[in-house]
Amino acid sequence: MLDYSDVFALEPFALGAQDKNRLYGAWLDRLGAHHRHFCAPYARLCATLGNRPALPVRLFKYVDLRSVASHDVARTMTSSGTSGQQVSRIYLDKDTSARQSKALTRIVSSFIGKKRLPLLIIDSSAVFKDRAMFSARGAGIRGFSLLGRDTCYALDADMKVDMAAVLAFAKKYRGQPTLLFGFTFMIWQHFYLALRQADVKLDLQGFLIHGGGWKKLTNIAVSNSDFKQALSAQTGITHVFDYYGMVEQTGSIFMECEQGHLHASVFSDVDILDPLTLEPGATGRGCICTTSLLPTSYPGHILLTEDEGEILGQDTCPCGRLGKYFKVYGRMPGAEIRGCSDTYVAG
Amino acid sequence: MSSVGFQGDNLADVQVLAGTLDIDNSPLAPYADCTLAFLADVSQRLLKGQTARQFPDIAAFAYWCRAAHLKELKGRFLASEYASGRLGRGLALHIAPANIPVNFAFSFVFAALAGNANIVRVPSRDFAQIELICAAVAESLKQYSEMARRLAFVRYPATAPATAEFSAHADARLLWGGDATIARIGALATPPRCVDIHFADRYSVALLDGAAITTARERDLQKLAQGFYNDTYLMDQNACSSPHMLFWLNASKSAQQRFWDAVRTEAAGLYRLQPQMVMDKYVQVCSDIIAEVGTVKVGFDSLLTVVDVSELPRDLCGLRGIGGYFYQATLTHLNQLAPLISDRYQSLLYYGLDPRFLQQWVIDHRLRGIDRIVELGKALDIDIIWDGYDLVTELSRIVDAR
Repeated sequence: MLDYSDVFALEPFALGAQDKNRLYGAWLDRLGAHHRHFCAPYARLCATLGNRPALPVRLFKYVDLRSVASHDVARTMTSSGTSGQQVSRIYLDKDTSARQSKALTRIVSSFIGKKRLPLLIIDSSAVFKDRAMFSARGAGIRGFSLLGRDTCYALDADMKVDMAAVLAFAKKYRGQPTLLFGFTFMIWQHFYLALRQADVKLDLQGFLIHGGGWKKLTNIAVSNSDFKQALSAQTGITHVFDYYGMVEQTGSIFMECEQGHLHASVFSDVDILDPLTLEPGATGRGCICTTSLLPTSYPGHILLTEDEGEILGQDTCPCGRLGKYFKVYGRMPGAEIRGCSDTYVAG
Repeated sequence: MSSVGFQGDNLADVQVLAGTLDIDNSPLAPYADCTLAFLADVSQRLLKGQTARQFPDIAAFAYWCRAAHLKELKGRFLASEYASGRLGRGLALHIAPANIPVNFAFSFVFAALAGNANIVRVPSRDFAQIELICAAVAESLKQYSEMARRLAFVRYPATAPATAEFSAHADARLLWGGDATIARIGALATPPRCVDIHFADRYSVALLDGAAITTARERDLQKLAQGFYNDTYLMDQNACSSPHMLFWLNASKSAQQRFWDAVRTEAAGLYRLQPQMVMDKYVQVCSDIIAEVGTVKVGFDSLLTVVDVSELPRDLCGLRGIGGYFYQATLTHLNQLAPLISDRYQSLLYYGLDPRFLQQWVIDHRLRGIDRIVELGKALDIDIIWDGYDLVTELSRIVDAR
């Protein structure tokens, strides 16, 4: 079993570039050897592509990748994915799952403090229908639930605002810091717009943390700053943080700092690959490759996402946090395929 | 003169891009002068101006329809048996392939040459080529009034009831598509004498003589690479006649290397690689490695990835690449190929081998597949003989007199 005490002994955002390189050099060797030993498909990939291959996130849709025995799988996470498509399956054992929760707590504490805050989840508890199968949504909510206390769900099973519950929460914790968590688009669509329509302004304090991507909001021309302003105006909360994360690397999320930059913590790293060669060391925009030290039950420590991003700097963010900071532009532009990948095939 | 006018609720979703749905379904003789004149006029319109230069597929179509070529085809047809005693079948319905922009036009032309009136459902995707060809056709129709009621280019959703409506009056149907599409549309009721031609999902392979590659002059090799590029990259390997699998006879590592180097050079100069395509190929290489499809180390190269297949599966048809992703295997004897060939196989592209010999080999082995043996570089050259059919013959009837 790998011993993570050296990683968890570190402050989440206090490791400079040199130290991080050293730490990651050793850890990626260790993790690579671990997964090669326990996951035969991964060993085959390494034998061909070299010892630190980035796994495309989509691969988890097509292949079962596991580094633990099936009876040690405590929880299987599935990606929400586009409807009608295959879902990714991520296998978690108890250790990986616990490690993810612990890392998430460390990362988020750097932004909201160590105290557990009253938590308003901007979602419905109906997300947890099947306890064994965790969707990305369920995983996010579960992870953040551990950070708060007195959890209250803001939406009912029909995704309508439970106004009585929300107002009771606001009243009970008036004047105290609280934590709000949810998915970006759902917060906008089901919470913000509904509050605005009902002309309800909340008088909350504390933090709003949200993630899940901007695609749907970009489509309706809502920017990150629009979002922040709108939510602050409607809820009273002035600290609104976006995060970048994925079900394939739960826990080691990249939080947006006060400067609007996404940050790698000690638990994760980020690289940009040339989108046309998938070679590392690209400057400017490129394909985001994320590294997480956390997973031992599945070989997802180095992932190639399908998102486009850009590194903004390392160790130099004015917010004071060390590590790489970056920006996400959204999905890599889709292909205009000649002929096409349609279900119709002919010729 | 007989006719059939389509109207009513079932056609609510149908958009007519050229022609009319008030159709004159009386047959013409194959290669009727009015048909040839009309098609040659369409060809001319497409060839002049910028259109053809911008779209090589439109250029190929227009070039195919030029007067001289049609005349040559007519001459060849007239020399065949029963040529003078033929008429078209009446009304042909075309469900064109969704993925190749100009095949609807070829499908139309083959049936028109056979003497049929035509309803052509074009792909739903708004390929620029469709608009340009329909515009040229509409212009020509103004001048060739005898053709005005003999065609309708239409667009409507795949699930619309129009296909059933058209099928009920069709004397011939040309159905292009995946197996599911063909099964669905094939099941619709047609008049009892309707002739269906199904262009189902097919699989194509190439067969190369390694020795011929080794001895090829640099210039010929480059031409070969160019041809291979057109067969594959040009349509992102999505055409059924694009080879996914390459078999080598008399193979050597150096011959294979020489061929792929030439292909890579060609692709580097011409192919517009897109990030999503690179990702698709990277996912495929990972899947193939995990499934142990390849034997030797596969190097991922986003422009050209070639997987040496370790053990030939009984059914190869799952081995398909896109945008410059190929499989290859070495044969010690051609006969090793025979048991792999199922009725899925369409084109056998060859290099350095004798097509007559290969044709005889298919016949001698009584293979259920391969109905097209053409030189590498000509995979996409669609013609009247396609998928094992002589389309003008199939789409016309014999008026027997003795």
